[in-house]
Formats: sequence, C-alpha cells, structure tokens
Amino acid sequence: MRTLLQADDVRRAITRMAHELLEHDPDVDRLVLLGIPTRGAVLARRLGEQMTRIAGRPVPVGVLDVTLYRDDLAGQPTRATRRTDVPVDLDGAVVVLVDDVLYSGRTVRAALDAVTAIGRPAVVRLAVLVDRGHRQLPVRPDSVGRNLPSAKTERVRVLLAEVDGEDAVTIEDGDAA
Amino acid sequence: MSDHLLTTRGFTRDAAVRLLDLAEDMADTQQRQVKKLPTLRGTTVVNLFFEDSTRTRISFEVAAKRLSADVITFSAKGSSVSKGESLQDTAQTLQAMGADGIVMRHPSSGAAHVLATSGWTRAGVVNAGDGTHEHPTQALLDAFTIRRRRDGDDSRGRDLAGLRVVIVGDVLHSRVARSNLWLLTALGASVRLVGPPTLLPAHVEGWPVTTGIDLDEAIADGPDVVMMLRVQRERMTEAFFPSAREYARLYGLSVARADALPSTSLVMHPGPMNRGLEIAGAVADSPRSTVLEQVQNGVAVRMAVLYDVLAGERA
Repeated sequence: MRTLLQADDVRRAITRMAHELLEHDPDVDRLVLLGIPTRGAVLARRLGEQMTRIAGRPVPVGVLDVTLYRDDLAGQPTRATRRTDVPVDLDGAVVVLVDDVLYSGRTVRAALDAVTAIGRPAVVRLAVLVDRGHRQLPVRPDSVGRNLPSAKTERVRVLLAEVDGEDAVTIEDGDAA
Repeated sequence: MSDHLLTTRGFTRDAAVRLLDLAEDMADTQQRQVKKLPTLRGTTVVNLFFEDSTRTRISFEVAAKRLSADVITFSAKGSSVSKGESLQDTAQTLQAMGADGIVMRHPSSGAAHVLATSGWTRAGVVNAGDGTHEHPTQALLDAFTIRRRRDGDDSRGRDLAGLRVVIVGDVLHSRVARSNLWLLTALGASVRLVGPPTLLPAHVEGWPVTTGIDLDEAIADGPDVVMMLRVQRERMTEAFFPSAREYARLYGLSVARADALPSTSLVMHPGPMNRGLEIAGAVADSPRSTVLEQVQNGVAVRMAVLYDVLAGERA
C-alpha cells in the first residue's frame, strides 16, 4: 500500500476546491453542498466550512444517500441505506454533489436521480477529492482535488480524520486488498 | 440481508433496529416530490392472498410499486386455488412465471415457512400473516410507530429498552400478538398479555411475557403502550366468551379506562377495529391512538422489508 496524498495534501486540495467552487458560483445564496455518505458527506462538511469562511456567508451542507437509486444493487450484498438530510429547497438551487472518489460514475448517476426526485435545481455540479478514471458513464467533475490515474485492479482509498482517524489517500493492489 | 421474512422470532436487537432504520430512510423518500424509487426495477413481486385482507394487501402493493417492482396480485377466491390447486402447484406456477418475491397470506399457520423451504420456488417469501402464527410486518410497523412517537426525528439507532407494553384481548388467535411479543422483547421492551382465560394460549412457557386476566389492574400499572387486538370471530368455532357486551365490559378499552392511563401512554390497534367491542370509538379517534399512523407507517416498513429481502444477491 502506498500513500499518494498526505494529510497536508488533502487539506490543501479541499481549500483549493472551496475557492474553485466559489469562483464557479459566487452567488452563495443559491448554493447547497450535498455530500454522498460516508466520506463524501464528511468532505462536504469541510468544504462548506471553508466556503462559509471565504464567502463570509453561510453555505448550507446536506447529506444525500443514493443507495435506493443505484443501478447495481442486484447480485451484490444488500447495501445499507443512510439518512438523507437536505436542508434547503432544491428548486432553483445550485447543487454541488460531493464525493470522495470518482470512478465508474454510477454513484453520480444515482445521485442525479435522487436530486431530481427531491427537487429541480437550476444547476448540478460535481466535486470530488480524487478522480481515478475508468468512467463507465459520461460523467465529468467540475472540481477535482487530485487526478490519480490508476489501474482497475488497484484500490484507491480516501481516509478522513472524522471517520478514519487521519487524512490521507492511499492506493493498493487489488490482490493485497 | 435476509432471504425471507417469515417470523420475528429470533430477531436480534441489532437486526431489528437496522430494519427499523431502513424503514425510516424509506419513509423519508415518501416525502419527496417523486415518491417512486427505481430500486426494484425488473423485479416481480406476487401478492398471494389466500385469505381476505384489504389493508395489508394494498399496503404491500403500494410498497412494491413505490420501489418500481412489477406487482401481480393473486387472490385465492376466483382463482385456480378455489378449484383445488395445491400450494405446491400454485408456487411452482409462480416460479415458472418468474416471481422474484412472494408476499403470502394464508389461513394455515406455518404456510409461509413451507413455501420458503419447500424448494417449489426460489422467490424470497414475505409472510403477510399465516393462520394464528405470525404477522411480522405488522409487528415491525407497530415497533416503528412506537419508536417514532417516543423518539421522533431522533429514532434511528434506538431500541425500545424499558418500554412496557400490554397486549389485550384475543391473544389465542392473534398472529399480531405473537409477532409483536418476539420483536418487542428483542428490542428491550417488556410484554404483558391480558385477556379472558379462554382467549389466552394454554401454553406460554418459553414466551418472554407475563400474563393476566384483569385489564384494570394492567392499566393501573401505567403501561407505555396498550395494544388492543381484534376479536376474531371468524376464527372462533366455539363460544369463547358469554356475550359481546360482557367482553366489552371486561376487556374493551373504554373511555374511562383510557382516561386512567398516563397521559403519554399510546393506544394501538392493528385494524380492522370492532368499534364498541374491543375499543371505544372515542378512544380509537383520540390523540393517544396511533391507528392511522400504523397504517401510514406500514408502507415504509414494507418497502424496507421488500428491499431487505429482494434487493441484492439471493442465495
């Protein structure tokens, strides 16, 4: 297992993403960050804190569980659901979906279905800490912490202090995992 | 995940809490602009009802449709079953038609277990009531309803530790009582069964309950929940009590009895109610009554059960 990003790298990446997202959408009043559990929700919280600090206005943060909208539930162990908490009306909002790793794009596709079941945002954007490639769907992030090209057999993990006790991004061979 | 839901007996606390939490997530989705979820797209669920039921059948039907399953409802009356087809033939026919899930109500205790273990079908089986044996989704929606009243928005992850429940009436014929006593005690509640001696089961050894025949005494004890059971005249082949009037006087939840309860105590009834027999109309319609919440919560709970049994890989 190799560590690709250290704690400082993770923190810097999040700060840069916060600035980038505010440059995209300076109108904070319409912004809402929706993190996809587990680690996307943690990231969204951190991004929201940074953006609130930078903008000087509160940026609302919520949690969007996409499990029930996934297209890959069959043939796998049953996935547990998590609580969804959307703090604002999504009609007309600028929604930023936040996840830790962007890979096949299927989670994001499910998230789009979940968002549109709840409301009709003006814009939906995507922010991910790590883009590791290998998309199976036409999904493109608007803000990326770090591009990390990887082999399909490898396993990329984002560790965040709130859940894992430390901040890091690691990669390991599929066999070792 | 579970392959089937046949009984609440043997549920662990954690398994029960997990299922109730899943039902909370399902209930949340029913507040959205679009209530239909794509979760069980491509899955066929057969509602197989060998016994009359309106609310349970409709509740399961709504739950399956909200999850985008294809739903086929099969009532025994007017079907080949009334022409003498056996459960085996019916099950094998449904298997051949590609049923992924079978929700079955049957007048014989143990029928759901037979269906699930017979090898006649590979479908996931959900017991929607088998004879006087079990009705697990009713117990789950009862526990869900109690937890929501107790802990509101903060229900997730919580059990029912310390809760005191009295189940009153026709326990002998009640699958609702049986499923509830296993589930509620698994969640940490204590259960007392109260009814006329003729309507209490002869053998409750091994059941984690206490029993009694005096409703007023049980009410004076200040229980958190009083669960009234329907008097099931259709299952009574002999006289279990002298008259409806006497039953109502001794075991009916009258306004006076309800008034004697602590202000926070809940009154529950699985429906359909015999108003004026086991429960006074005014009590059923009072703020402490959860009757309509039970019906409403039934859809979310059944969505959770269908997801648990049918989403993901099957054995």
